[in-house]
Amino acid sequence: VGTAKLDDATLDEVEDALIVSDLGPAAAARIRAKLSEQRFGREITERELKETVAEEIAAILRPVAKPLEIVAFPRPQVILVIGVNGSGKTTTIAKLAHWFQEDDYGVMLAAGDTFRAAAIGQLATWADRLGVPIVRGPQGGDPASVVFDGVKAATDQGIDTLIVDTAGRLQNKRELMDELEKIRRVLGRLNPEAPHDVVLVLDATNGQNALSQIEVFKQVAGVTGLIMTKLDGTARGGVLVAAAEQYGLPIHAIGVGEQMDDLRPFDPDLVARVIAGVA
Amino acid sequence: MFDNLSDRLGGVFDRLRGRGALSEADVREAMREVRVALLEADVALPVVRRFIDAVTEKAIGQDVLRSVTPGQQVVKIVDDELVEMLGGEGHEGLKLDVKPPAVVMMVGLQGSGKTTTTAKIAKYLKEKHGKKAMMASLDVQRPAAQEQLKVLGEQADVATLPIVVGQQPVDIARRALEASRLQSFDVLMLDTAGRLHVDEALMAEMNAVAQVASPAEVLLVVDSLTGQDAVNVAQSFSGEVPLTGVVLTRMDGDARGGAALSMRHVTGKPIKFAGTGEKLDALEAFDPKRVAGRILGM
Ligand SMILES: Nc1nc2c(ncn2[C@@H]2O[C@H](COP(=O)(O)OP(=O)(O)OP(=O)(O)O)[C@@H](O)[C@H]2O)c(=O)[nH]1
Ligand SMILES: Nc1nc2c(ncn2[C@@H]2O[C@H](COP(=O)(O)OP(=O)(O)OP(=O)(O)O)[C@@H](O)[C@H]2O)c(=O)[nH]1
Ligand SMILES: [K+]
Ligand SMILES: [Mg+2]
Ligand SMILES: [Mg+2]
Repeated sequence: VGTAKLDDATLDEVEDALIVSDLGPAAAARIRAKLSEQRFGREITERELKETVAEEIAAILRPVAKPLEIVAFPRPQVILVIGVNGSGKTTTIAKLAHWFQEDDYGVMLAAGDTFRAAAIGQLATWADRLGVPIVRGPQGGDPASVVFDGVKAATDQGIDTLIVDTAGRLQNKRELMDELEKIRRVLGRLNPEAPHDVVLVLDATNGQNALSQIEVFKQVAGVTGLIMTKLDGTARGGVLVAAAEQYGLPIHAIGVGEQMDDLRPFDPDLVARVIAGVA
Repeated sequence: MFDNLSDRLGGVFDRLRGRGALSEADVREAMREVRVALLEADVALPVVRRFIDAVTEKAIGQDVLRSVTPGQQVVKIVDDELVEMLGGEGHEGLKLDVKPPAVVMMVGLQGSGKTTTTAKIAKYLKEKHGKKAMMASLDVQRPAAQEQLKVLGEQADVATLPIVVGQQPVDIARRALEASRLQSFDVLMLDTAGRLHVDEALMAEMNAVAQVASPAEVLLVVDSLTGQDAVNVAQSFSGEVPLTGVVLTRMDGDARGGAALSMRHVTGKPIKFAGTGEKLDALEAFDPKRVAGRILGM
């Protein structure tokens, strides 16, 4: 492998590759500038260059890598799962439940999406496959009352964690965001600490709008952490880099498929290498 | 969060005007602003490149440089070109004038909005065109996917193919064709499972369904929040099945929707509808003019 002096043309290529990974033009330009500052005009192989980019990105991502752990006392730890339509919330809940089960925690699900057709049936199928209890209400019913019942049942039965599904909602829908605020409030009625975690599920195929999703859901629902789904495709999730820089929210895990064991801990070095095109 | 393009370009040209007449280089500088605006709107990079080349050529070739308001001129050229690339004036509807049942097949990534859009289109064809439509779900992957379409059918008052547990997609498609012929339906809507374009087995299955059903329309359903991956998705799906059009969902969100341009450009197929909500009447004809303004942040 030959070396070459790091020049503007090469830096352009790096910047473009970062943009194609969904970092967005601003974050991509910042990384380019850093690279240029450190290495411009110096001899570098393509491999070294990619490793340097990966290291830059990893340095941004490492501080936000943080697993989701069951630590609440008293139990249950209530995990509220939110996000835009179709991002992968319900499937991610099944994956989280499976994950906690492997660690011998008792899990219960609450079917807080009473709106979308067969959303309850979808979560119930997962509950069935997992062999975990589910609290559900009628289709079209009040989600706040379902989640209240959930906290009550989980508390009474000494469950370790209650994972709450919600209907997908776009962050610019005022009414739906108000509903989420209400769900949050009602969750705290029996236990002021609840929800202990508010997990925003982001779709890796989404582009820069993910930043607006984080911004608004954080404001309205007090997001405490992120999970990114659909990283088994060709989307690289570079928006996480901009998100880490701007919001510093913990990233708990990534989804890499449709089955319940398709959840992985968030590995900042691996994700950085994928974005930089080394892995 | 985003400056609109006119302001941005205005700034560039204000700065430049101080230095005298505008040159080709000045236009190129303005185009760098347009480039960033498009990337922020999630237009895919290769599409941005081609767009910028086309617009630069036009802007330099015209009398923009000598005009009094070059900034506005450039914005107009950019806007016109964008509208043109998004499909120009006039809405392209569905082409269903075949021997019935006309099959409409919906394909796309997981969670893009296929099932909901299937029901929206069936309802639209029934109410606006008086078509007798039947829907069938070929989704044997996602839990309760077939139940979802059944519920939507009840809401839209559109027939759905009875569910046979365990039957595989190609066989469901055959049964749906048979049933809609026997019961003289005009249109058969086939909802399919979401699939990643890198999933060879599922892509092959989709192709097999298309072979059996010979659809009059194959619609790629795409989330308007999609980022740079739009190019891969568009290329892979159009390589596997004969797409006839695109439906862009979640246009009720606040995404700039650059995926519209990427999709249109890479597939070469018209964007036939926009999904604008979760309810079954939230379906609109795609409006290139409005979407162009949105992509540019104007
Ligand atoms: N390939 C892949 N597909 C996924 C992943 N996570 C979820 N999906 C699929 O994405 C689609 C939508 O997932 P859901 O879990 O229903 O999404 P949701 O956010 O609950 O959707 P709504 O409740 O309708 O807002 C389904 O087809 C899932 O199987 C992932 O990590 N990879
Ligand atoms: N706001 C909004 N939501 C939409 C729109 N179209 C679909 N949705 C929602 O997006 C989510 C996913 O829609 P589905 O129709 O289940 O998507 P799908 O492509 O069939 O999903 P899979 O079968 O899992 O691949 C649901 O919550 C729908 O209500 C739209 O135009 N606007
Ligand atoms: K999506
Ligand atoms: Mg769901
Ligand atoms: Mg579906």
